[in-house]
Amino acid sequence: MSNNGKAAVENKAANWVGKKLKRKEDPRLVQGISHYTDDLKLPGMLHCVLVRSPHAHAEISSIRTDAAKALAGVVAVYTSTDAAAIGMVPCAIQMPDLKVPKHPVLATDRVRYVGEPVAVVVAENLYTARDAAELVEVDYHPLPVVTDMEKALGNDTPFVHEQFKSNKGFTHVLKNGDIDQAFKNADRVIKQRMLNQRLAPAAMETRGVVAEYLPGEKRLTVWSSTQIPHLLKTQISLMLGMPETSVRVIAPEVGGGFGSKLNVYGEEGIIPWLAMKLGRPVRWSESRRENFLATIHGRDTINDVELAIAKDGSVAGLRVRILADLGAYHQLLTPLIPQLTALMLAGCYKFPAIDIEIVGVFTNKMSTDAYRGAGRPEATYIIERIMDIAAHEMGMDSAEFRQKSFPQAAEFPFTTVTGLTYDSAKYQEALRKARELAEYDKLRARQKAGWKDGKYYGIGVSTYVEICAIGPSAATPAGGWESGTVRIEPTGKVTLLTGASPHGQGEETTFAQLIADELGIDPDDVNVIHGDTLAVPYGIGTFGSRATAVGGTAAYLATQKLKTKMANLAGHLLGCAPGEVTIGRGSLTAKGGKSISYGELVLSAYTARNIPAGFEPGLEATHFFEPSNFTFPFGTHIAAVEVDVETGEVKIEKYVAVDDCGNVINPLIVDGQIHGGIVQGLGQAMWEELIYNEDGQLVTGSLMDYALPRAHFFPEFTLDRTVTPSPVNPMGVKGVGEAGTIGSTPCIVNAVCDALSPLGIRHIEMPLKPERVWKAIANAPTPATAGTSSARRNA
Amino acid sequence: MKTKSIIINVNGTDRRAEVEPRLLLVHFLREVVGLTGTHVGCETSLCGACTVLLDGRAVKSCTVLAVQANGRKVTTVEGLAQGEQLHAIQNGFWEEHGLQCGFCTPGMIMCSHDLLCRNSNPSDTEIREAINGNICRCTGYQHIINAVRNASRKMNEAVTADVAATR
Repeated sequence: MSNNGKAAVENKAANWVGKKLKRKEDPRLVQGISHYTDDLKLPGMLHCVLVRSPHAHAEISSIRTDAAKALAGVVAVYTSTDAAAIGMVPCAIQMPDLKVPKHPVLATDRVRYVGEPVAVVVAENLYTARDAAELVEVDYHPLPVVTDMEKALGNDTPFVHEQFKSNKGFTHVLKNGDIDQAFKNADRVIKQRMLNQRLAPAAMETRGVVAEYLPGEKRLTVWSSTQIPHLLKTQISLMLGMPETSVRVIAPEVGGGFGSKLNVYGEEGIIPWLAMKLGRPVRWSESRRENFLATIHGRDTINDVELAIAKDGSVAGLRVRILADLGAYHQLLTPLIPQLTALMLAGCYKFPAIDIEIVGVFTNKMSTDAYRGAGRPEATYIIERIMDIAAHEMGMDSAEFRQKSFPQAAEFPFTTVTGLTYDSAKYQEALRKARELAEYDKLRARQKAGWKDGKYYGIGVSTYVEICAIGPSAATPAGGWESGTVRIEPTGKVTLLTGASPHGQGEETTFAQLIADELGIDPDDVNVIHGDTLAVPYGIGTFGSRATAVGGTAAYLATQKLKTKMANLAGHLLGCAPGEVTIGRGSLTAKGGKSISYGELVLSAYTARNIPAGFEPGLEATHFFEPSNFTFPFGTHIAAVEVDVETGEVKIEKYVAVDDCGNVINPLIVDGQIHGGIVQGLGQAMWEELIYNEDGQLVTGSLMDYALPRAHFFPEFTLDRTVTPSPVNPMGVKGVGEAGTIGSTPCIVNAVCDALSPLGIRHIEMPLKPERVWKAIANAPTPATAGTSSARRNA
Repeated sequence: MKTKSIIINVNGTDRRAEVEPRLLLVHFLREVVGLTGTHVGCETSLCGACTVLLDGRAVKSCTVLAVQANGRKVTTVEGLAQGEQLHAIQNGFWEEHGLQCGFCTPGMIMCSHDLLCRNSNPSDTEIREAINGNICRCTGYQHIINAVRNASRKMNEAVTADVAATR
């Protein structure tokens, strides 16, 4: 490959960690020769399509499948009666008062959201399956629908699940410190209701499942576009009532997940069941419309926020009431997400007291669950918005106001009022760096001058902290550890088996970098295997910015075990103590200078003719890493915007992000994660919104109506970082997958509200589409200085 | 359903097939020819994952019928590399980390190909506008912009070198 030195990457170095290495994944991906689930083609494979409810709430009185079955090329049509043996869609969360409704893979007598599957059609090809799905006749008797959370909690509401006689799914309270005193003694109390709208994760690859059953071997193989192959394997075995030892799950190339594939869906039970029942492989690929309707959604909370401020300007207490829309059923982690919001509500501030109450509400909509950030963007939005509103009300600079309540570097590990222990941070330093890069003072000066000329420039600041490396098992529903097995093969090449399941994060490269450093080899000689439950020891998967900090640490510690083994053998061969052996690049050297090559050592380990007593032949080691704590990355984002008061259009002029994710293994990959995260966060702030109407129809359920960010919406972002290593793991890494999304959303809303503050505008709900911004301007207490922007246009 | 006999030249090879008139070009490429590098992201021409070249110009193959491509030339992402040698655009995406999950990448590369054939030295703004019909949910686009710039530079250098060689 050409590499003329101008490229942003380097190919060779002595120390791989910290280098901008080109990704090992990419040659196959840029050539289109790799395989995502929908690319798999097995002999005799059938195609299937799900028939989904067009009603948000209805009784099913009958389903007629004769016409569909009669169509040439149709192999089978099944409804819930046929699929009764398949277990429920699982929810992994347990809470004392949690209502858990039955969640069948195909609706039985009732549907509760638009898109709920009611039947499945299997045919020789996709087009025939789609034709046949149109021929399935379902008699629905529509029932009253509830989509509004406040109505759902009122009197006179339809119940999503009759048996509960309420739409309340759970109540979660987190209270600490003397909150009443904090508010009683407060110099000022700032109150604001703010919404966090429903979003679509919208991975570019929709979900997909392929299943094949070999009855002789009793082997069910399921390829699924998933972030959690091992957990899925266990759940499939439970759903189908078959031994887990007969189930193999493979996550092939996965085209993005953002949390939406950190789940177990009904289709992951149905498709394997079909393959077993029909004795032929079956493939299902979700359409984009289905992806909007029936893949989990993110966010959707109503937040009533009250902030108490002490006389010295520091924060004294925070009271938050959250209504969290659960949708109609629980998916795997649905009730957990708002609890993560509660944990992170203290942000990066020293709150003496906090009082949070969250009510989970059932509505006739698709389930919410983990979407990039999963509870933390909601928390950060609340805290960073209310801090900004407070600063404005107090007439203080928003950056200055924030720093008053930062814990200082020496106070770490810092225990928050919500009970978390933040590992390490220098909030002040990230803020200082971001201010410098953004030329904050200049921006403020320009803003002041602009207001005089009727130009509305805004500056948004967001100082976030997030929770990553999820997490200690005690605090997670299904284990928070991760596995790693490192093996030097007889030819000297290295295989790493990791329980992490990357789907775009590039761990085939970053894990190879860290192992190559430890073993003194080239990253190209490390092959990272993931996503196949038959090849890889049990693992948890990739989500919650955990892969490197937990999975990478497992790989690192397995490598340490292996190095001990290598030193034992080398000591034996070189006639020295193991402790006197140094592992170098391509060789192992005794204290006196005598050495053997890496190849000689490996050969000895496998031929096993000359090994020390008690030495297990081969060169392999496994480590299951249980983290002692989460990690807490942080940073400051600063945005400069201009709002056109005549059109309500927001122009992002500058975006600066200073993020601290601890030590960095591959800066190129870290930057990519930040860029992508920022754009997703800005998507929420500016354009994205899933809207259900009163009938429970999803009216923004296509890429035409749901505005995903596109390339020309943005300027070039300016990135920098501070590096505060985490003490939680030996590599000092924290995690970076969600940081951008968490930091960016409030930053832009703060900027826009800041721009319009002279008009007396305090808060505008997301997304900040021109129409909404324009309405806020039109209804503002102070009229905008009109004419200037048109003058600008004429100039 | 009645079928129609078509011949489409895909990456230099004539592919004959009997297809239903409603068969989409993207499904022809993926299911009939077996080239799965062209991805289906939305089937509504909004995401661009299925972008291929039809007679040298970028089209979204989910909104072209296979029969409409009859007798024409299609280039897919699989048709860009020369053996082991990646195309400059593929190389640009690799060097600049212009992809993460890789799902939108073939479409992005084909769309960039179209741009660079029309405009060998596009500005960042021109690149952003050219790829605005292709959605990437991972990268935030900035590294894709760098990738196209990288490819543009390399392709121009190659042209300059060729000209120099013929003098």
